[in-house]
Amino acid sequence: MSESAPLTIDQPGQVASATPPAPGRSRRLSDRWLAGAFISPALLLLLAMSVFPLLWALYLSFTDYSATRGGPAHFVWFENYTAILTSAQVHLRALTTLIYVVGAVALQTTLGFSIAYLISRRTHGRGVLTTLFLVPMMLSPVVVGLFWRFMLDAQFGVINSMLGSLGLGQVEWLTRQGTALLSLIVVDTWQWTPFIMLIALAGLTAVPKYLYEAASIDRASEWFRFRTITLPLVWPLLLIAVLFRAIEAFRLFDLVYILTSGGPGVSTETLSFHVYKVAFLGFNTGTASAYGILMVLIVLVLTQLYLRYLNKLKED
Amino acid sequence: MAVSVDEAVSAGPGRDHTPSRRRRGGRGRSVLEVALLTVLAVVMLFPVLWMIETSIKENRDVYAIPAKFFDFKVTLDHFKDVFAGSGGGRSALSVSFLNSVVVAGVSTALATVLGVPAAWAYSRFSVKAKKDQLFFILSTRFMPPVVVVIPIFLMYRQLGLIDNKLGLILIYTAFNVPFTIWMMKGFVDEVPAEYEDAAMLDGYTRLQAFWKFTLPLLLPGIAATAVFALIFSWNEFVFAIFLTSSDSVRTAPPAIAGLIGGTTIDWGLVAAASVVFALPVLVFAYLVRKHLVAGVTLGAVRR
Repeated sequence: MSESAPLTIDQPGQVASATPPAPGRSRRLSDRWLAGAFISPALLLLLAMSVFPLLWALYLSFTDYSATRGGPAHFVWFENYTAILTSAQVHLRALTTLIYVVGAVALQTTLGFSIAYLISRRTHGRGVLTTLFLVPMMLSPVVVGLFWRFMLDAQFGVINSMLGSLGLGQVEWLTRQGTALLSLIVVDTWQWTPFIMLIALAGLTAVPKYLYEAASIDRASEWFRFRTITLPLVWPLLLIAVLFRAIEAFRLFDLVYILTSGGPGVSTETLSFHVYKVAFLGFNTGTASAYGILMVLIVLVLTQLYLRYLNKLKED
Repeated sequence: MAVSVDEAVSAGPGRDHTPSRRRRGGRGRSVLEVALLTVLAVVMLFPVLWMIETSIKENRDVYAIPAKFFDFKVTLDHFKDVFAGSGGGRSALSVSFLNSVVVAGVSTALATVLGVPAAWAYSRFSVKAKKDQLFFILSTRFMPPVVVVIPIFLMYRQLGLIDNKLGLILIYTAFNVPFTIWMMKGFVDEVPAEYEDAAMLDGYTRLQAFWKFTLPLLLPGIAATAVFALIFSWNEFVFAIFLTSSDSVRTAPPAIAGLIGGTTIDWGLVAAASVVFALPVLVFAYLVRKHLVAGVTLGAVRR
């Protein structure tokens, strides 16, 4: 408040003292109205753009509707769901997704935490180091996917070129059954290790110093300090980061699309990518909707888990 | 508790002065750690450097076997190709960059206008089933885009929003509103409600108190939140590729991805386009580095 002092103090004070009891009641009423007016536009948008489409997908998942064939949709009830849950194709994609999610998240957690630990032990240049390490995370998956595709290219990719100058053989990174999924995991790890690092670093710098001082007075070993002080204090925050990454990795689509398009064969087809193929290449909209609804259920369970740990973290 | 990069800089561990320094091999270990960090930093940054290098290499050097690391000819032709079309005038890529600016900018503005008041209301008032509402809001943000895009596609087909910037703006707004609400709720929580109470004792209404006293204090938070929303929309790919097709509507991510469609791929052009595309993101990310932890966890982690 930068207005001249006497004016602001005198006049509103008189207004408030003139009618003391009335503002209380009307304020509460208008508060409720205000809350509604401020929240409902956002909620309405979410209802229109998220809930309504999902309900539509839920309806379609019980029908044999096809977006290209058109015509009326016939109710087939749970046929789509049983078809998906018993399909060997889907089981294979689920396994691929599991390997991808567990592999990528485990790798980036280990690496990210290690980098954060190493950075937290430095006294100088921590800001510069952190900033540099964070660059991959901010890039678009399109840029990351395209660029790694170039680097992993079997003919003129720089990775094979370096392997060659080391006297090692050439690897067909993206076009061999075994290495394609590995490449996908490596690229995802490259992009998202900084994410884990950032959050682990936040946890590590938050560990109170006096705990270490107390431990060193007791002549506790480095490993003992790490195990009994650092890890228990950082773990809750790290778990949040891991869950977050797991959800993101589960719904990942763009990197697969750009890097391998699910190939070679179907070796890098994750569930997300398979849904896309069923919906946009097979045009079985009903089946794809059922598939999507099942994926949404998994995401909801994971989100619930994530929020539970988050609340626990906030309560402590 | 410290969470930002800046704080990480200033808050030294102070552990180097503890007896651990005196232990045998303490210095050797420290050297080892620095070496390890350097190697990791080089590995993490190499792809970025390689991308920049490729974008300024002459085509002959781009495809050289073995790869040329230092002795290549520098050219800015690829960057010229990004902006200028082959027959003069603007290239399709530069049009897509403009589309990206429009779509990301408008959707961010809309998400801010819708999200900030909602965040304030969630922070200040006792709303029915507040936790459930907030959970619902966050879970819409976690929906797999490939799944959401199926019914959205059908819906847009009915409404004539396929291959339309408005369609993209709407879906990006819907994806940024949950983020804005979660992120801003944290910022609003930090502003004491007593400011508004005091203003209301002075005779202002609740709305005036919000507008005149709380909102100005929230501006830095709003700016940071908007920058993150801008980055999310700018980088988004899945909706863009399924909901748009023509050059005049397409945003940059699908346009850049479209460069590798043909039989021969001009990797120099891909690299230059990627550099141009990524540069603003890196600048913006640097501006909001203090809020990175909150930003990348959708406003959930903040202490």
